[in-house]
Amino acid sequence: MTFLWHTWVMTVRHVMRLIRQPWYIAVTLVQPIVWLLLYGALFRKAVEIPGFKSDSYIEFLAPGVIVMSALFSSGWGGMALIDDLNRGVIDRFLVTPVHRAPLILGRLVQASIVVVVQSVIIVLLAMATGARFASLPGVAVLILVAAMVGAAFGAISYAIALLARREETVIAVMNFTLLPLTFLSAGFMQKDLMPGWMQRVADFNPVNWAVEAGRVAAAGGDWGFVGLRVLLLAGFLALGLAASTSAFRAYQRSA
Amino acid sequence: MALAIEAHDLVKTYGASVRALDGLSFAVEAGTVFGLLGPNGAGKSTTIKILTTLAVPSAGGARVAGFDVVREADRVRAAIGCVAQKSGVDLEATGRENVVLQGQLYGMGGRALRERADQLLHRFGLGDAADRMAKGYSGGMQRRLDIAMGLVHRPQVLFLDEPTTGLDPEVRADMWSEISRLVDEDGLTILLTTHYMDEADQLAGRLAIVERGRIVAEGTPEQLKGELHGDAIHVELREAHLDGRVQAALAGVAGIGELVVEGHALHARADHGASAVPAVLAALDGAGLGVASVTVARPSLDDVYLRYAGRAFDRTDGAAQNGGAR
Repeated sequence: MTFLWHTWVMTVRHVMRLIRQPWYIAVTLVQPIVWLLLYGALFRKAVEIPGFKSDSYIEFLAPGVIVMSALFSSGWGGMALIDDLNRGVIDRFLVTPVHRAPLILGRLVQASIVVVVQSVIIVLLAMATGARFASLPGVAVLILVAAMVGAAFGAISYAIALLARREETVIAVMNFTLLPLTFLSAGFMQKDLMPGWMQRVADFNPVNWAVEAGRVAAAGGDWGFVGLRVLLLAGFLALGLAASTSAFRAYQRSA
Repeated sequence: MALAIEAHDLVKTYGASVRALDGLSFAVEAGTVFGLLGPNGAGKSTTIKILTTLAVPSAGGARVAGFDVVREADRVRAAIGCVAQKSGVDLEATGRENVVLQGQLYGMGGRALRERADQLLHRFGLGDAADRMAKGYSGGMQRRLDIAMGLVHRPQVLFLDEPTTGLDPEVRADMWSEISRLVDEDGLTILLTTHYMDEADQLAGRLAIVERGRIVAEGTPEQLKGELHGDAIHVELREAHLDGRVQAALAGVAGIGELVVEGHALHARADHGASAVPAVLAALDGAGLGVASVTVARPSLDDVYLRYAGRAFDRTDGAAQNGGAR
């Protein structure tokens, strides 16, 4: 019970922090729209490639942009954590009886709220520009997997922040992973049209699991295919959470 | 009397080469203020981190409020409040939100917490600023908010790690009276670290001098000063005499020692300062040495510190503590 209560009060703290930064909210919401319209226009002719199965690139692209946006809005969470570390706020929390997990979960719940709002806006915009999603519950699953992969990378960035305690390290690691992993997925290009080695890498890429599961779910397709990837993502998220909570222990050992 | 804090042979090493604590032991009786005194890097903050469960000792152990800081960390956490050297204020939240969140982390909630937060914010002079963002607070206000947060759950033991470092002299004086009140009225046990001698003298019932991770002296401020024999006599001469005439003139005066002449200044130590002064003045006058001024002082904690600590006390801190620097 106290575990849930503490997760709730930490979530409230982070949500309050967020809504006091209207410019940050504006950029977070406009950024994915720019991506959707930019990539949508740039790669519009992709549908003409022989073997491309969709006839609307926006419809194909929307799940990719949703997952990419989730990745980028959650994956930088470590920066805010370093800010709290530098201000002594984390140490103040750690001398109270609070569990370590709510300190992570409160941030992730807030990040997931951002992902949901972002994703709904992208879905509506995609529909306004010609995309059709066959399954409404499938769209909900798309948003769920986006939030899951975002939370997993968010947790990893908290772990790096706690271990390195330097903004430069978080920036370097996240720059090194987020964009390459996005392009090593079926986010912008149908997987069987990607080079062979990229397809092999994509099979082990959590970002690709989320993109493919979300896209298939929104089209109302193969639920076995979707379910397997949701399970894989759940495992990956659990690993991320375990890494960040044990990073708290490592932080205290070195304190 | 019950012990609120017991530390036994605490050792803390970082890596192979840094030994921050090197067998540090002390005990604090419940309801008293205990001061840990020492320069930056002596091991004060590391001691606080271990006693507040933020760090784990490499060897040795400690009990706070009757609980072991390693094996019963959660029970220790529930019993203590901590005001760290680095402020823990969330600047992106209001003062009230800071205090309320802190209470929630201790399992408090509802009306009891709202009333407690209100009471603390008023007590620490933050009533009018309670609903403003903390980033607009002055340094003194942030420090008072830190203390309000440390008290929200009515702890038995409060840790204050350099509570007045960086504050204006007037704000420091206010903080001192507030800290004294916490012990007198609330019956708290306080462990205070400081590198200001006057602060330790003013607040601590007992104190320990920490140097290189060990306690080198412990006692009440009066005991520690009493161990330095006698009073300090400072004479300002009209002219600089470096030719030994001063020493020769005072050679026959009984009861004074540790004679040092530096330019115009003459320093000596006397068992009884007040009775030695007439003899010193008569001897100097007899030798034709003019005197501009004379002062007699009880030994200060600075003197105590200089005697026990192996290295010179940081002089920039010494200037700030006398209130003249800021």
